[in-house]
Amino acid sequence: MPDKFTVTASPHLHNKESTRRIMWMVVAALVPAGIAGVVIFGWPALRVIALGVVSALSTEALLGVLTRKKITLLDGSAFITGLLLAYNLPPNVPFWIPIVGSIFSIAIGKQIFGGLGQNIFNPALVGRVFLMASWPRYITAFAKPLSCDAITAATPLAALKEGRVLERLSNWDLFLGLRGGCIGEVCIAALLVGALFLLIRGYITWQIPFSFIFTTAILTYILGPRGLFTGDWLLHILSGGLILGAFFMATDYVTSPLTSLGQLIFGAGCGLITAIIRLWGGYPEGVSYAILMMNAATPIIDRYTRNRVYGRR
Amino acid sequence: MKVYFQEFLKGIIKENPTFVLALGLCPTLAVSVSVINGIGMGIAATFVLLGSNVIIAMIKNFIPERIRIPCFIVVIATFVTIVEMTMKAYSPALNRALGIYVPLIVVNCIVLGRAEAYAQKSSVVNSFFDGLGMGVGFTLALILISGIREFLGNGQLMNHTIIKGFQPAFIFGMPSGALLVIGLLLGFFNLVKNRKG
Repeated sequence: MPDKFTVTASPHLHNKESTRRIMWMVVAALVPAGIAGVVIFGWPALRVIALGVVSALSTEALLGVLTRKKITLLDGSAFITGLLLAYNLPPNVPFWIPIVGSIFSIAIGKQIFGGLGQNIFNPALVGRVFLMASWPRYITAFAKPLSCDAITAATPLAALKEGRVLERLSNWDLFLGLRGGCIGEVCIAALLVGALFLLIRGYITWQIPFSFIFTTAILTYILGPRGLFTGDWLLHILSGGLILGAFFMATDYVTSPLTSLGQLIFGAGCGLITAIIRLWGGYPEGVSYAILMMNAATPIIDRYTRNRVYGRR
Repeated sequence: MKVYFQEFLKGIIKENPTFVLALGLCPTLAVSVSVINGIGMGIAATFVLLGSNVIIAMIKNFIPERIRIPCFIVVIATFVTIVEMTMKAYSPALNRALGIYVPLIVVNCIVLGRAEAYAQKSSVVNSFFDGLGMGVGFTLALILISGIREFLGNGQLMNHTIIKGFQPAFIFGMPSGALLVIGLLLGFFNLVKNRKG
């Protein structure tokens, strides 16, 4: 029985995880927020999501064919990029906005750097910021929730920025997502369901979301509008893209630091920049810019937070 | 004659100042908002390049090694002053559009680079064709970049609307758009070069 004692090199234990599987799990975790977005904003939201995903996948396939590289269509990363980009758009944008954004995200944000794992910046956010800088009036016109027509409504953060005395939506409404905003960011409840799933399964770690949200909350509370410690921190957490950004975009494996300490620093940096932009910046919302800026800082954070190798001083 | 033609041609393709040598990117980023500006800047730089290359090639034997840069600057600044005064007199609108970037040709690294790397070692006629080629290469690069930027960022070409209903992307009118366009063009030309070689 020679077969019985076959000796092979390690690793001897395998689990089923792979990049592809993780990516599709993240997609699954994003589904509740998408459903909530469609429920809140109606069919236009579904159209934006479908256009974003389809054009992201087509761009990925086309570039794969053109560069004669391995077709990475099924690893789910392009799907996530298209999905996240669509989640970051208002529901009633013209049809070509998600298409152009997805093409830019995949081509310029990802493939030009060498594809998945090589990109410096989160591709979906690159697409969003490109759209924001190019066609600002479409990206900042938000539809009113639960009314399928194109009445525009200010987001809570925009109202806060302009100092308008708006009857503040109740925390419960904000939690359920009954406000103007982007498709995927409004329903905090649905986002938390997905985020909890990812956390429990260990696909994301708690460090980045925690330090991101915590820093934003603390800073917006301390530096309130009527002197110190008067800020409406709960409003800042529940509105804007903070939850979506903190759990699903800042935690992107490729563009965030590797170690726990690095991730805490990364999240705190994101929170700091978000708070600064929200409180004093020109835009009402700063989550996407904050994440992109910290993406740029990721290599240097990684460099200074390297784990000590066992046995070395 | 063939030699001169090669000296002229190398500035356009093989040693294009913008896309191969990556020199003079500051004015390229700043003025390439519209094709008119691009052409104006290109012609101004070409004139200065021609003049400075020829003069520096003429006086190269009298310039002491250690103070050559100040000497080059004096020559270049003379031609820039001529350009600026001419522009102010005959097309004040263009002068306003280009603004500070006309006097800044004095420290344009294409002009200084050709003086340092070419004109101070070469004959007058060769330097003339080198300056002409570099200037034309720079102008063509500017026209290409500003054409793309003006079309995408403003929906126009030479101030004429091309496609009705086209929604221009503001980002291409901004400096970040200029960096994007230049980066993509550089990548494209490198790709073409690598395919050939």
